[in-house]
Parts: sequence; C-alpha cells; structure tokens
Amino acid sequence: MNDFPKKAKVVIIGAGIVGNCISYHLAKLGWKDIVLLDKGPLPNPGGSTGHASNFIFPVDHAKEMTYLTLDSMKQYKELGVFTESGGIEVARTEERMEELRRRMTSAKSWGIPAQLLSPSEVKDLVPYINKDIILGGFYTPSAGVVDSLRAGTLMREYAMNLEALTIAANTQVLDLDVKDGSIRAVETSKGSIETEYVIIACGVWSPRIAKMAGATIPLTPAVHQMITVGPLEQFESTTGEIEYPIVRDMDTFCYERQHGSDMEVGSYAHRPILMRPDDIPSIEESPLSPTELPFTEEDFDPQLEQALALMPEILGDERAGIRYAINGLLSLTADGYPLLGETIEVKNLWSAAAVWIKEGPGVGRLIAEWMTHGVPEIDPHLSDISRFYDYARSNTHVKARTSEGYNKTYGIVHPREQWASNRNIRVSPFYMREKELGAVFFETAGWERPQWYESNKYLLAEFGDRINNREHEWDARWWSPIINAEHLAMRERVAMVDLSAFTIFDVSGPGVLDYIQYMTVNQMNVKVGRSVYTPLLYPNGGFKADLTIMRIGEAHFRIVTGAGDGGRDKKWFTMHLPQDGSVQFVDRTSAICTIGLWGPQARHLLQSLTEDDVSNDAFPYGTTQIIRIGGLPVRAFRISYVGELGWELYVAMEHGLKLWDTLWEAGKPFQIIPAGIGVYGNTGRIEKGYRLMGSELESEYNPIEVGLARPKVKRANFIGKAAYLKARSEDPIATLCTLSVDDHSSASGIDRFMQGNEPILNIAGEVIVDAHNRPSYVTSAGAGPSVGKYLLLAFLPPPYDIVGTKLFVYYMGEQYPVTVEIVGSRPLFDPDNERMKA
Amino acid sequence: MNILVCIKRVPAPGRSIILSEDKQEIITRNLGFTISPHEECAIEEALRIKEKNGGSVTVLTLGPDTAVEQLRQAMAQGVDEAILLQTDGKEWDPMATSKAIADAIADKDFDLLLFGNESADSGGYQVGSRVAFAKDFPFLSGVKSLHVAEGKAIASREALHAREIYEIDLPAAISVKEGINLPRYPSLPGRMRARRKEITILKPAPISGGPEKLQLRVPQGEENQVEVLGYGVEAVPRVMEVLQELNFC
Repeated sequence: MNDFPKKAKVVIIGAGIVGNCISYHLAKLGWKDIVLLDKGPLPNPGGSTGHASNFIFPVDHAKEMTYLTLDSMKQYKELGVFTESGGIEVARTEERMEELRRRMTSAKSWGIPAQLLSPSEVKDLVPYINKDIILGGFYTPSAGVVDSLRAGTLMREYAMNLEALTIAANTQVLDLDVKDGSIRAVETSKGSIETEYVIIACGVWSPRIAKMAGATIPLTPAVHQMITVGPLEQFESTTGEIEYPIVRDMDTFCYERQHGSDMEVGSYAHRPILMRPDDIPSIEESPLSPTELPFTEEDFDPQLEQALALMPEILGDERAGIRYAINGLLSLTADGYPLLGETIEVKNLWSAAAVWIKEGPGVGRLIAEWMTHGVPEIDPHLSDISRFYDYARSNTHVKARTSEGYNKTYGIVHPREQWASNRNIRVSPFYMREKELGAVFFETAGWERPQWYESNKYLLAEFGDRINNREHEWDARWWSPIINAEHLAMRERVAMVDLSAFTIFDVSGPGVLDYIQYMTVNQMNVKVGRSVYTPLLYPNGGFKADLTIMRIGEAHFRIVTGAGDGGRDKKWFTMHLPQDGSVQFVDRTSAICTIGLWGPQARHLLQSLTEDDVSNDAFPYGTTQIIRIGGLPVRAFRISYVGELGWELYVAMEHGLKLWDTLWEAGKPFQIIPAGIGVYGNTGRIEKGYRLMGSELESEYNPIEVGLARPKVKRANFIGKAAYLKARSEDPIATLCTLSVDDHSSASGIDRFMQGNEPILNIAGEVIVDAHNRPSYVTSAGAGPSVGKYLLLAFLPPPYDIVGTKLFVYYMGEQYPVTVEIVGSRPLFDPDNERMKA
Repeated sequence: MNILVCIKRVPAPGRSIILSEDKQEIITRNLGFTISPHEECAIEEALRIKEKNGGSVTVLTLGPDTAVEQLRQAMAQGVDEAILLQTDGKEWDPMATSKAIADAIADKDFDLLLFGNESADSGGYQVGSRVAFAKDFPFLSGVKSLHVAEGKAIASREALHAREIYEIDLPAAISVKEGINLPRYPSLPGRMRARRKEITILKPAPISGGPEKLQLRVPQGEENQVEVLGYGVEAVPRVMEVLQELNFC
C-alpha cells in the first residue's frame, strides 16, 4: 500500500451519503488533501445508505429540516439522480386530517407546493388505494425518490476530478489520536494518517468511532422494518424506478412505495428495537450487510393487515411474494434531529451523524460551509451537536428518548408536547414547593420548569373575563388559561418565577475585557455593576446568540443565557477563549439558582426583606448588586424579560429554598403568586416584543432586521463586525414586526389560535417572501392578556413593514386577518418601559 | 394425495460462519434463521404436487419453540398443516430425530414423505432414510425431478455423467436437492393466513445411541471479489476487456 496517504488536511470517516457529500462540498470550497475512508467496499460499504428506501417528502414542521431537505433535493436533481413521483400522506382519522391541515400550513410557510386531496382525488393518483378507509390526503407533487448510492459516487468523482480527494475503501479505523484537546491522526488498518481535521460521518457506527477520541456522538442504531412485495402485475407496464406517488399511511406509521415492479412497505409502528453500536455485526458476520439485520416477522405482522386494507388489490395478490424483508438499521437521536458540528470534547473533530437520505447533500454543504466560513447558510441550531448537555449524551438518555420517540416518526406531535421519559434530571431547590403548588412541569434541557401552577386556578374568577378560552383541543393542548391569569396577576401585583434553568458562565482574568468585547456586539466596557443585553454574531453577521452579561468586577463578567441555548453558547464561548490563559471560564449553572421577582409590588416586597436600599435611585434599572435577604447573600439584578418592575435574584443553590420561603411568606400580604414559564417565556415577553433565540433570532437574520441594533457601534473588534457594519449601511431586507390577530373565528365558528410557524399572507392571499427569498412566518405566537390581543411576531419585508398594514395569517387551512402593530422592537405593552424603570 | 415435508430450522449465515469456541455451535447472535435450501425446494415440490393432484401438505420440524417461524413460513407459502416436535433447543442426532418423526406420524396416512437431501448446518444425510426405514417405505435420495401420478412417483437424480430415473410405488420417502424447482415467496395474504393457523406441538423424548457430534468445521470457502466496472455506456470497454479475459468473446 505505497500510495496510502500518510498526511491529510481532513479525513472523512464513512462513505455513505453524508461522507460522500461532505467530500464534494469541501472540494468545491477549495479544500485539498481530503481522505475519505470506509471499512466497507464501494459503492455500498454496508451502512444505512445502502438499504434506504430513498424517498423524500420535503415538508417538515421544522424550518431547518425542511431547508436541508430542499437543498438536498436541489442537489440530487443537479446530479440527475432524482425522480419526481409525488407523495401523498393519507389520513384514516379526523385527528390526522387536522394534522394534514397543519402540514399545509408548514408547506405554505416553507414555500412548498402542496394540496389537500379528497379520497377520490387520492385514488385518481394512486388507483390501487382503497379510498373507503381514508378521509383524505396531503399531496406534495415535488416528493420523489433518489439514487443515493449513485449520488455518492458522483460526489466522490467530482471531488476526485478537482484533485482534492483520496478514497480508501476497505479501510478500518482502529483509533483516533488526540493531542492537547485537538484531533491529530487517524490510525487505520492500512496505516496512520496525520490530519488537521476529522469528520465522523459513519451513521450508526459514529458513537463507537467518536469514543476512540474520547468524544460523544449521542445516537442509537434502531431498527426500521421494510419488506418488498412483488412482482406485481399492475406495475408490469411501468417504466423506470417509480411512476406512482409514494403513499405514507400516517395513522398506521407505514409507507408504501412502488419500486419498479415491486411495492415496498416500511414501518415505524413496531416496538422500538434499539441496538448498541458495538453490537452491530461485522461485514463478515452479516447475512446481507451490517445494517440489514434479520427480519423479525412478529413485529411486522400487524402492519401487514393494515397495509393490505389500504392496498388490497396490489398487496392481496396471491402471486406476488414477499421477496425481501429486513430489519434495517438507522440512527436515532434523543430529539430526532441530526448531530452536526464540531464535537464538544475534541477540537477539529466533527460530527455529521444521524442524517437521513433526504438531508444528506444539504448536510454535506452545511458542514463544509461551517468548516470553511465558521457558519453555514442554513441556521444549524436544531442540529448542532453541542445542544446536548452531559447527561443528555448518555446512553440512558438516548435510549429512553429514542424508545419514546420512535413511534412519533409519523406521529402527530404537538409543538408544545413534552417527553415522558427520563424526566427530573435537573430540578431547582424550589422543586418540592412547586410540586405542592400544583406546578405543571415542562422540560428544557433537562430542567423541570413550572409552565403554570394549578394552585392559581382561583385567579380565573378574577381575571377570566380578560382571557380567551381556547375551544379547539389542538390550540388548548399543553396550555392552560391559568397562564394568562398568572400574567394578569403579575402585572397587577407581584409574582415569583423560578429561573434556575438559566445557564450561567463566569469569565474573568486579565484578558477578559478584550475577550468579552470580541465576543459581543454591544459595548461591554461599562461600569462594574452594570449589565448589557447583547447579540453574539457569527462571522457572517447573523445571530449566534443573544444574552445578558453583567460586569460584576473590573475583570469579571457574568454571562446569563437560556437553558435551551446554554450548550451551544458554552461551546461558542470556550472555543474562542484566548490561548494564553488570560481568561478563566467557569460554568456556574449548577451552583446558582434564580428567582425572578416581578410586578408593581416587587419593590415593596423586596424592601420589606432587606436593609439594603432598593429604591430606583439606589438600585436603578439594568444594574446589579449583592444585597441581603433574610441574611442570605443574594445577587440582585434589576432586569425583566416580562416588562415589569423587579429583579432576578441569584443565590447559591443551598440557599435557594430559604430564599423561596422567605419571599413567599413576606409576599402573602402583597398577594404574591408563583408564575410559570408560560408567562415568562411567552405572554410576558411577547407583549414586550422580546426576541427568543431559535425563534426570531437565527443566523439567517442580523441585528438590524430584528431591531436590536444600537445607535453606535463600539470601536473594539468583534466577531461579525464587518458584516454588521455592512448591514447597518443598508436598508433591512425585512424587519421583525409584532402583529395582532383581528378575528379568530374559523369557518366552523370556533375561534382558532395560531401556535407558531404559520405563513403570513398579503391581502391577495399570497405568501410573503423577502428579497433574500426568506418567507414571512410566525416566529412566536401568544396571548397578550394585558393588551387584550393575540400577538404574532414575524419578519416582514417592504411594503408590508408599516404599522396598520392589513395582512392574513394562514392556519389549518384558513386565513385570519391580522394587523401590523409594531415595526421593530418597540414593545406593544408599556412602550416606554415605564414599569421596568419605575 | 397427502404429503409430509420435513424441514429444519438453520441459521442464515453471513459471508463467513463463526463457530463457538468449543466448535459445537454456530454463533447465531447476528443471524436470522431459515429453512435448509433443499427443504425449501421440498416444500415447493409438495405444493406443486398438491396443486396438480389435490390433497394436503403437512410440514414438520424438530427443533426449539422458535422453529414455529419456519413452520409459519411454510404455511405462508401454502402448506396446510404444521407439526412442531419441540425440543429444549439442543441439537438432536439423526437417529433420535428420525425416531421422533416416525413416532409422530405413526398413525397418519401420508402418501409421500419429502425431505431435503441434507440439512444446511449439520449435513447428516440420514433423517430421510431412517424415517423411510422406520415406516418401511421405499426411499430415494438426491432427487432433482419428480412426477407423481396414479400412486406412483417418477423421479430422477444426477449420477456421474448420467441421469438415473426411477419409478417407485407410493407411499414412499424422497429427499430432494436444490434445483428441482424455484421455491415461491410467501404472499402477503398467505403470510396473514399462516399467522392464524394452528400448529400441533408435540414434545418427544430423545433416545440415545445415535451418532455423536464431535465438533463443527467451516469448510474452506472461495473468496468473492466484486469490482464495479463502471456505469452506463462508459463501462462498455472495460466490460469487453473482462469478457475477453474470461474467454467469453
């Protein structure tokens, strides 16, 4: 093996659809000395790509996944390996029909042509379907199938033609060498390769390979069953691979896809069959391939009956046989999204795992852009591997959540739906009190957070007339009118909110000011005791994060960010720490708990508990001090995400319960209530127009568009500055606006309430798209109980970004009139922030 | 025409067969199970005879409780009835196996007993002839073509550079070889019918004294090499080269 490379710029492990696509895109972006390894033979090394059913339905409720799919479809088409067949998701139940209407909403939002079909219309397209057992279908004409193996071969060839790629098939990775926290070399069965970067793109084997470097790629191999029935007389006259639309029988969690003269039936309905990566057989041991395991008939039997009922003519053909049946392995993750980006543990060791055929080429481009430019075009926050905290990277968590999630593959999943498994991983010191108060807990990043408190039900008597009841079960699912009552009580009196889920970092040391200036957009060189709310940008000027930073010492800053974002933010902050050790980074999340104390009575209450002066003069808005409450040292921070007078009170975990009890007791005369995250994260913030990372704030938008640009730009350099300056010099392409719903009544007479991600239409009923082809859709939706309106946030381009403009929002198949209330970040409630600054 | 087909549940191996350290078993952790290929042909042959002559086909196996999978597979292909001679999972020698089979069918009237020539795993070549002996039926092994009509069977098998053709009276026992036919796949309705069918389960006791297994040995196999010659029209010159190398043109 004389020509086996000894050195490389980047080694990609795994020549499935993902590895092949990454090699192509890296080469396209100018990378050289790329080595692509696989332990199996080419073109089908034996991973999940080799047995994939290869069909693509573009519409997903998540924008990021849809965009990855659309990009992949485009690339497959350019390669000439895409066959458009159309696809129909059929409903057997009314509940599913409602889900298909929601699918229509998402299709419109992401700009994908789609329509709802009657049973007869479905039959026109799929003549062998039994229309008597379906209520309708969701038709996507652009759905189709791809030849993923051929696509991979073409991608490799392209990279080789650019003289950028060396391919080593039948080459097993034996070890990964890490030095000083960075990847250094790959040891293989054919020799060692010294390399700057390694990308793990080996699907179900990825955890095993990552482990060689001490890194984690938290996924589990899981079985997806598939059979092929044929040859079918009805398909005799068809040409090519597919002529009839692919059918997804959503209520039975199955699909039926014509493949030449055969029909493939696949299932996500069986019990979750998980496997450990170490237990996957070797190529030698495998009957077919390592990811095509022996079929377990008893798991599939119930599906046979359902498939037969849907397509009796075809599948009931006695002359057609079950010619192929496998338990195919694919990768599942705890939240169902891919695992992309540099691993948390090892520098320059990247993960491109848990990716399906429908996303492969898009992910290839995304990873290559990310590695080249530091940011991909499509915002990767859902897929970013660093979203998972340590506990969530364990086998226990992955196993629990994937077992629960497997049958949700075709399930109807409410946007607020909570996981049932592996809960109570992180609880605040107030947890027992909250339970006693009837808290309904929602989970964020392992934290149990009260969404609302059943004990506040009595408030409905007082505030019920100002609360819209949600008559439709879907709109009211995982919701309670108590949230709005808590909101109104807080605005009138005072509330305490458990914010212990905050992720808190302390950075300090002689180099800290330069460091923190470089990380953030806004001026951080402020007096000790002041705070700054600031965006963090990617190099392209798009949003990386928004968070609040307190200067608590000359050379000491405290960074506070959301639980959901903490993992990604931690990665971002630590990867940029100066090499010279002049800045120390400490994650204080587990040491500190937090209570938000807000409402017009907050000062009276707090003053009754402390000898420190908490008047507006002594403790102005936006500042922080250490005060004593009942003797406890508490860092009080005068800030509010709900737009009220009050403080975030930070205290050591061990003092937390005492602080809660102290506030609770002293709060009784003020009629204090506990308020949940329903107020904090939704109603309170949306009335104030506060932006939320991952909803309004994404790398696809810049601070000018979201209305967070300050009048001046600081002199210090910071990540994304050049792009930021450029964006400031131009008119925004779109601006984040607050809209209110004028009329909620649907055709059936029931009032409907949008939940987020719905498209905004102009008065002609057309989807609004900006000059960068970004659609206008609802980034956040929620009640504004104090303003008496139901509010939507959405980016709007000219000419729609004018207060008073009448538009529509499309929800579940109907249009609802809306009005632009605010353009930019001015709050709808208390626009001059008089309450917060009182 | 009532036919009994005797089958065996065997592992469906991968590219290589892995043995346990004591060489007593095949490691089946990653493997599925199937019916010995010769026996799959026996089932197919039985079904074809039934389709021509009427009657019924019964399938029988001796093996662990999980062997019902193979019985159901046979029923999915069209077999009418199934008998499981359930063991505790240990491999029975041919003498014990054939005794159990003969006992189980002692009071049944079968016109034809079909076997595979030998099982795919242990390859003992004995069960067919032993059952035939116990039943006092004529026995013919290695059959590659079979016609049954009017109480007789005409069967042929390959001999060195020749073909032997036999005519035997029924009832008889015959073991067939792969190649006699191309077995059908089970249809989806067939599979569903098979699920609902009853299986007769008997639990015979093993007898001792038969041949003893010392150890398994994996025969030296041929190395398979796959080379992709190219795609589409561009592959033609290379395909021509290979054909010429192989003296096909």
